[in-house]
Amino acid sequence: MTPILLTPIDIAIAAILIVLDAVLSIWLKLHLHRQLALAAARMVVQLVAVGYVLRFIFSLNNPAATLLLILVMVLVAAREVAARPERRFKGSSNLLIGAISVGFATFVTAILALTTAIRPEPWFDPHYAIPLAGIILGNVLNAASLSLDSFLGSVRRERPGIEARLALGDSYREAIAPLVREAIRRGLLPIINQMSAAGIVTLPGIMTGQILAGLDPLEAVKYQILLMFLLSGGSGLSALAASYLAAWRLTDERQRLRLDRLQ
Amino acid sequence: MQTALLVKRLRSAFAGPFELNLTKGACAAITGPSGSGKSLFLRMIADLDPSEGEVWLNGRARASMPAPEWRRQATYVSAESGWWADRVIEHFAASTRGEIAALSARLGVRADLLDAPVAQLSTGEKQRLALVRALLPDPPILLLDEPTGPLDEDSVIRVEALLRERMTAGTSILLVTHNPAQAERLGVQRYRMMAGQMETA
Repeated sequence: MTPILLTPIDIAIAAILIVLDAVLSIWLKLHLHRQLALAAARMVVQLVAVGYVLRFIFSLNNPAATLLLILVMVLVAAREVAARPERRFKGSSNLLIGAISVGFATFVTAILALTTAIRPEPWFDPHYAIPLAGIILGNVLNAASLSLDSFLGSVRRERPGIEARLALGDSYREAIAPLVREAIRRGLLPIINQMSAAGIVTLPGIMTGQILAGLDPLEAVKYQILLMFLLSGGSGLSALAASYLAAWRLTDERQRLRLDRLQ
Repeated sequence: MQTALLVKRLRSAFAGPFELNLTKGACAAITGPSGSGKSLFLRMIADLDPSEGEVWLNGRARASMPAPEWRRQATYVSAESGWWADRVIEHFAASTRGEIAALSARLGVRADLLDAPVAQLSTGEKQRLALVRALLPDPPILLLDEPTGPLDEDSVIRVEALLRERMTAGTSILLVTHNPAQAERLGVQRYRMMAGQMETA
């Protein structure tokens, strides 16, 4: 079975639904029609642009170009991780923590999948490497930003307790451990929810896409299961990295709690 | 007179430089307006805030000890007590229940509060239990920041009696207090903090 290709007319017909939304907004005075139109336009432009970029990179089939694109994606994700928490580090530590945790988790899980499970020829074939890195990045970004937000939020709240432990002679590692644990837990919750709900509450996007593209449902399911494992591994790694890096950045060689390094 | 705690040119970006020579078994009391740097000084000695200069304990330099070990020797008790677990008893790792209860009773804290959630305690109860927590390992130096601030008169007398007993046993105390009468009652050495500078009172 070959995928059913869409024509511009098919898409134009679906666009009527957006117009319907806009009419609804005007009629019910929701004041959303401008935002709706803008968001829809942005979506179309961004996706078409990405389509051309991907087509270009695929045609190059050059590992350096593939790596460069993935690095750019990692940097954009790192910026999101850095911008999310309400509390931030002074300077560029937020961005650095975001880049290291997201990049590390994405590269480890993507390379593992490409060299063991999926095994395209060559293993860095952009048709596989880029979409895979993209999916992992999205999830890993979520985990890292939740962990970082949780840690930076709780550390200020828990300062009297942490400093009381330090003052009594506990090591920084002991005093900060409950916060790090809680931060990692927070980062892992979304993927746990996703896995529990998969197939019952939601049909995961990749699986749906592959079924629409004509793949046998069981084959699509196998892909989805592999992907879920990759995503939970990636989430775990990035939550761990983000939490420990933030904890490490908040102390010094005399095991103090350095909240002065936060804004 | 044997020197227990020796502070030389200790300063941070916000306060100092400080000089202090605290005799073994003595109490140095620091008074002064809020925000003048009294708490900062204690925190700098406990190495909870970055500082430059030297601190010596019984002839051993602070820099020669790992920070946790130093803080077990020179233990800081903050004005606002800190707690990290749900129930009171979980904050006393190494001591036996009997010791904790006995010391708490001397400060007028009911023994059944040890099993209560921290959230149920009054500020004064928390303050006294934080002091008990710091006293149990018997550190040679106590850095006490307003230890009797939120306490009633009876409890103040109990705390001061316990501190005097510890001083007789050789503990040295650096005490920050807003109460000039308390500074006079306990402090052999008395200082006044003004805008990050300390002078003999």
